[in-house]
Amino acid sequence: MPIKVTKLTHVYDEGMPTEQVALEDVSFQVEDGEILGIIGHTGSGKSTLLQHLDGLLKPNSGSIIIGDTDITKPGVSLVEIRKRVGLVFQYPEYQLFEETVEKDVAYGPGNLGLSQEEIDERVREAIALVGLDFEKIKDRSPFELSGGQKRAVAIAGVIAMRPQVLILDEPTAGLDPRTHEDILNMIRTIHDRTGNMIILVSHNMGDIASLADKVLVMDSGRAIACGTPLEIFSAADKLREVGLDLPPVTEFCQKLGIPGTVLTTDEAVQKIKEFIGA
Amino acid sequence: MDKVITVEDLTFEYTRGENEEPVKALDGISFEIDKGSFTAIIGKNGSGKSTLAKNLNGLLIPTSGSVFVEGYDTRDDEAIWEIRQRAGMVFQNPDNQLVSSIVEDDVAFGPENLGIEPAEIRRRVDKALEDVNMGEYKMKAPHLLSGGQKQRIAIAGVVAMRPEIIIFDEPTAMLDPKGRKEIMAIIKELHQDGKTVILITHFMEETIDADRVIILNEGKILLDGAPEEVFKRADEIRAVNLEVPMMTDLADRLIKEGIDVPRGIIREEDMVEAICRLKSQN
Amino acid sequence: MIRDITLGQYYPAESPIHRLDPRVKITATLLFIIELFIVDNFPGFAICAAVLGAVILVSRVPLKFIMRGMKPILFILFFTFALNIFMVKGEVIWELGFLHITKEGIRIAVFMAVRLVLLIMGSSMLTLATKPLNLTDGMERMLSPFAKLGFPAHEIAMMMTIALRFIPTLLEETDKIMKAQQARGADFESGNIIRRAKALIPVLVPLFVSAFRIAQDLAMAMEARCYRGGSGRTRLHEMKLKTRDIVAFILEAAFLVLIILEARYF
Repeated sequence: MPIKVTKLTHVYDEGMPTEQVALEDVSFQVEDGEILGIIGHTGSGKSTLLQHLDGLLKPNSGSIIIGDTDITKPGVSLVEIRKRVGLVFQYPEYQLFEETVEKDVAYGPGNLGLSQEEIDERVREAIALVGLDFEKIKDRSPFELSGGQKRAVAIAGVIAMRPQVLILDEPTAGLDPRTHEDILNMIRTIHDRTGNMIILVSHNMGDIASLADKVLVMDSGRAIACGTPLEIFSAADKLREVGLDLPPVTEFCQKLGIPGTVLTTDEAVQKIKEFIGA
Repeated sequence: MDKVITVEDLTFEYTRGENEEPVKALDGISFEIDKGSFTAIIGKNGSGKSTLAKNLNGLLIPTSGSVFVEGYDTRDDEAIWEIRQRAGMVFQNPDNQLVSSIVEDDVAFGPENLGIEPAEIRRRVDKALEDVNMGEYKMKAPHLLSGGQKQRIAIAGVVAMRPEIIIFDEPTAMLDPKGRKEIMAIIKELHQDGKTVILITHFMEETIDADRVIILNEGKILLDGAPEEVFKRADEIRAVNLEVPMMTDLADRLIKEGIDVPRGIIREEDMVEAICRLKSQN
Repeated sequence: MIRDITLGQYYPAESPIHRLDPRVKITATLLFIIELFIVDNFPGFAICAAVLGAVILVSRVPLKFIMRGMKPILFILFFTFALNIFMVKGEVIWELGFLHITKEGIRIAVFMAVRLVLLIMGSSMLTLATKPLNLTDGMERMLSPFAKLGFPAHEIAMMMTIALRFIPTLLEETDKIMKAQQARGADFESGNIIRRAKALIPVLVPLFVSAFRIAQDLAMAMEARCYRGGSGRTRLHEMKLKTRDIVAFILEAAFLVLIILEARYF
């Protein structure tokens, strides 16, 4: 389901002395099945944007058309939006609350008013999709799992609602490198299996470069660029201006003086080989 | 060289539930820390690295074995405040370690507990805040600051106690890249000013500037030595599901492709040099 | 939503009132309350109002801001006013069925209302012009003589300090959890009371878990920074009475004498 965001503007505390423009004229478009990476430093408006896409905040002006529905219109119910869009917040394990993993994952689908069979089926599917063993984990308390498992369960809780657009806000924050890698692989798996659109916010430029089809750059509430990772990371100066870095491997190859923009380590190895002339 | 910390055959056990078998978080660990050194301790989640950190200043007491901080035994109740004054600690969550709703009052908290004269506290607070570049935020409320800024306040709070050793327990795990850079720069500065630094982390890149790396795995020391030496053994590190710094990884891959860069490179500069040398040879 | 809640009612400004020692301000507030009860006639209130007015003026806290704080007590004000005006016996000047208003009733109702308004405005000046943390500090120091008798002055002050520090953090946390559960389809706004209370469980459980985590982390961090209770502790801010504090204190005393004399001879 494609998303079209047009001239989205959001102002906090309008008319008060604390007034703050969080989003200003943000426009972009994502096609069905694409992975969109959103980058920008803390406070650039990323979180506010995500909350709009999920209908948790309403804009002061502008529209968000998902499929054929403008979700910013007053008549659109939250349940309708939930069926289309699933938002996984930062540190989602902090929202786990049920006695068992199974019940916790069932909370979202339960709120959609589905039948028990439908809920059960979705819970099973979601837990498998995040790489956990349903039978082994379903009766355990979510509070006694490891950090990585907790996060996976929390993500399953949103996936079980079968959103056609899955939004993840810094899904790897605070994880150790191995668990970080596990979560990235999980996102790839979800994308491969469902074929749905994924929107991913991350501070990790390496992750964005390796996962995203399209990158949106945010700065002070505005979308300042949108393009393929290659296009975005080729404009190094523009990124640095807004306090963002290149992926480490890209940066390194630039330092070496290798022409072009290198995005992955594999690519870097080849380019270095050519560069040396071996 | 003076040893500021001596860990001898340290074992730490804890039990999850009442009737469960105790789990060994640390299993017979021994090492010494030199005065003025910068040691990075790495390991994945659950490797025991945080438990180790908390054993180094008596927040946890060894089940068996011992930890000495500047000659004081952490099992000695009488010595506990001497130990904590000498080995300060910065924690992972920037929010949950600040006590006061005004920055300068928070930095003063440690010195106040030590019973230092008010005029001296004032001097220490001002100096500590300058040291972390937060002088102008003296009167601000912590909850209005960014994660990196909060973590700088936490560091100032420890620095104001004038400890010989500062233990950082994953200080950057919850920060964005900007905050991470700020904190790492401050840690390096503190080390240059002569503090003994122990950095617990899971980011390999943060170990590059350390003069010693200890890799923990399942409660035991897997490797211990200078970073260049430790990361030469990348295969052993990968075997326990840990990563190596990006440059080490790149070096390994280049070697596999038949390019003759030295194994165990950790710094970008060294890699650039090695590649340029090879280029000029061809 | 939750971000709109303003906490405490401190009004930041640079004024002589703000700069006064919190102990002087606490004493002044207590004296002011006593004075309001000594006063037994309207000229006495006029003096109190004039003094309060002067304090407000000097403090640079806008009257509008103080009035906003009065809103929640309007109901109590009307209630006591109505109670007094209808219940006091005396010379009847208006009657409807069993309701009657007397001359004395009007006098007492107005009298009480004025006293209540002055009381609340006066005591809110304390919190408006004193930072919560200074207030806590001042109270700790005023109560510290009682610590020898076993009164936990330091502990109470420490709890207040920590509460002030973590209330914003917990509010932020609540906001985050609510939004996260809304993203999972939670509905906090519809249904009857029982349904709504049930809908809050997914917010309350994570919130408590989070509060426990904060408590655990904080306790450890405080211990690591050598916290071991109030004894042997020094403070960054020494509280020494300055000239302006002494002047303020003398003015307070003079005001008290004036009120006593006024009540006695008029």
